[in-house]
Amino acid sequence: MGIRVIKDKCTGCGICFKVCQYGAISMPEEVHTLANGKEVKKLAVIDLGKCTLCGECVKPCPTSAIELKAETHKFEGKENYKDVMVFAEQRRDELEEAALELVGKGRELAGKLGVNLYALLLGKDLKGKPEKLIAHGADKVIVVADDSLFNFLPEPYTNILIEIIKKYKPSIFLAPSTTQGRALLSRTAGKIYTGLTADCTGLDVDAEGNLLQTRPAFGGSIKARILTPNMRPQMATVRPKVFKVLDEDLNRKGEAIEEEISSELLRSTTKFEKWIEDTTSAISIEDADIIISGGRGLGCSDNFKILFELAEILGGAVGASRPTVDEGWIPYSHQVGQTGKTVGPKMYIAVGISGAIQHLEGMRSSDFIIAINKDPDAPIFKVADVGIVGDLFEVVPALKEKLKRAING
Amino acid sequence: MNIIVCIKQVPDPEHAKMDAESGTVVREGVELMVNPFDLYAIEEGLRLKEKMGGEVVAISMGPPQAEAALREVIGMGVDRAVLLTSRDFAGADTWATSYTLAKACEKIGNYDIIICGKQAIDGDTAQVGPGIAAQLSIPQITFVRKIDEISEKNIKAERLVEGGYEVISSPLPLLITVVKEINEPRLPTLKGRLNAKKAEIAHWGPEDIGADKDKIGMNGSPTKVDEIFTPDLSKDGKIFNIDQLDEAAEEIVKKQKEMGLI
Repeated sequence: MGIRVIKDKCTGCGICFKVCQYGAISMPEEVHTLANGKEVKKLAVIDLGKCTLCGECVKPCPTSAIELKAETHKFEGKENYKDVMVFAEQRRDELEEAALELVGKGRELAGKLGVNLYALLLGKDLKGKPEKLIAHGADKVIVVADDSLFNFLPEPYTNILIEIIKKYKPSIFLAPSTTQGRALLSRTAGKIYTGLTADCTGLDVDAEGNLLQTRPAFGGSIKARILTPNMRPQMATVRPKVFKVLDEDLNRKGEAIEEEISSELLRSTTKFEKWIEDTTSAISIEDADIIISGGRGLGCSDNFKILFELAEILGGAVGASRPTVDEGWIPYSHQVGQTGKTVGPKMYIAVGISGAIQHLEGMRSSDFIIAINKDPDAPIFKVADVGIVGDLFEVVPALKEKLKRAING
Repeated sequence: MNIIVCIKQVPDPEHAKMDAESGTVVREGVELMVNPFDLYAIEEGLRLKEKMGGEVVAISMGPPQAEAALREVIGMGVDRAVLLTSRDFAGADTWATSYTLAKACEKIGNYDIIICGKQAIDGDTAQVGPGIAAQLSIPQITFVRKIDEISEKNIKAERLVEGGYEVISSPLPLLITVVKEINEPRLPTLKGRLNAKKAEIAHWGPEDIGADKDKIGMNGSPTKVDEIFTPDLSKDGKIFNIDQLDEAAEEIVKKQKEMGLI
């Protein structure tokens, strides 16, 4: 294991020095004598006391002079793990849209690998749901029904997932990167010792059956492709709203398999006390196709009502930048950005938000971005598909009327 | 009450700007800071100590320079700090990080509650907190926005989830991860800063925590980074002024129809 600079290849260009986020690379101005007798002025030197082996410097090096190596683990019986399985997340017995998205993506991966696509469904009353999952692409649906599974609790859900993995040996296991999916897969991967990649926005498979997992890091400023080469299953959480739901095909054939789980595995130390719905908005920002977010430009708490009105017309949810939350204008659950929520709706409308990097990192994976700001130099315009330069108090009401007319025909 | 808080040192995004020409994020100099969510974890730990008595220990895994992060939280009032540092820890993914931190928690021992921030802002995985709970086989409550009740034996807390909150109760010991809404972190005091300067920070390596060498650092990590690339983020968007609202609205509606939003 380790990282090194191959001195014969290094040209001293300094690109690695610029990309290192930990200040671990320096470019001392010294004369180095190389094996072939050649002399160069500068060479990259990695300070192993600072380097975290993150690997960000490896790819940008134009001469492939940085080498990063790790020993690989042996995993017995890897070849027995074949199928693709997705977690069909439900909340209070309502199947999540994200579950159907995963079935759609899973169908594609299973097709490429020539294996079965399983969906794992846990809950209380699951009538009609296996059929729905099959109609959207699943070959087999494993159903575990028990009154105690109505609400998500980490321990019983993890116990069941581990049992199912042992029995069915999927090569790939996917869940949505929701609060439920992240809590469940982290705990499961921790217990069974396998790789887990968070919040993937791109998934593919190679000829060896490796899952190629692409995810944003450093708030989306870089993207990384991650593999779990040796352990199985290859687990990943997947960002909702990235992959498309396949058209429903009621003629698709599939099989529902009911699994009995011993009561011991259903035991939980944590107890679900109650569910409290957030009533400040009809749609939560994680579930919305359209988000209208307000920033400091709104001036005060009351002005958020302009955005709520627009949200109602468009069928969207209201988001907020960090300063408005810090000022107490709107609850934290609405905050988009690095210390709030990362969202990727189809349409994102930023109103009176200048576009600090921390905000951009929470929303720039949105498909279509509209920015309204009076400052033409605001950074938000750089990531916008449509920008409107003007006073939001003039723009938003006028735009609202125009959109209302267009939507109502 | 014995409280362990896990923190991480991360690059400061304030020093990152978007390069208008290339559309990539460029960093001006390297500044490191305590992961913002971890400050809420520290604050909650300090509040629990003030209420229940006991000790707050902060731990972090990282290169020697991560000591600065631990000194910062000692300045806020943390009693003692441990840095897990060794070349063998480097390159750890979330699994190997969880394993290492869990081993350190075991070595500290006798803990009632372990607190983590909901996620680190560099990796954004939210996997390490539940990963530690898995290693230690203790219950977890993730994304906590409020502790409703706590005693020597039990806790009742609210989790922030999609569309609302879940109220969960659990016996101690357990691990929680916290969101920003939970509190307002205090600033270091002058006395705290002096303490921080003088404080001895223990450095532990793999042997100190009895870690299996095959399960730490890059070698112990099931996931491998295959490739890293920098996406171009700038868009050639259409910019309209206030007199062109009709065109802007038309553009938006056209897109909405395309996307099936109307």
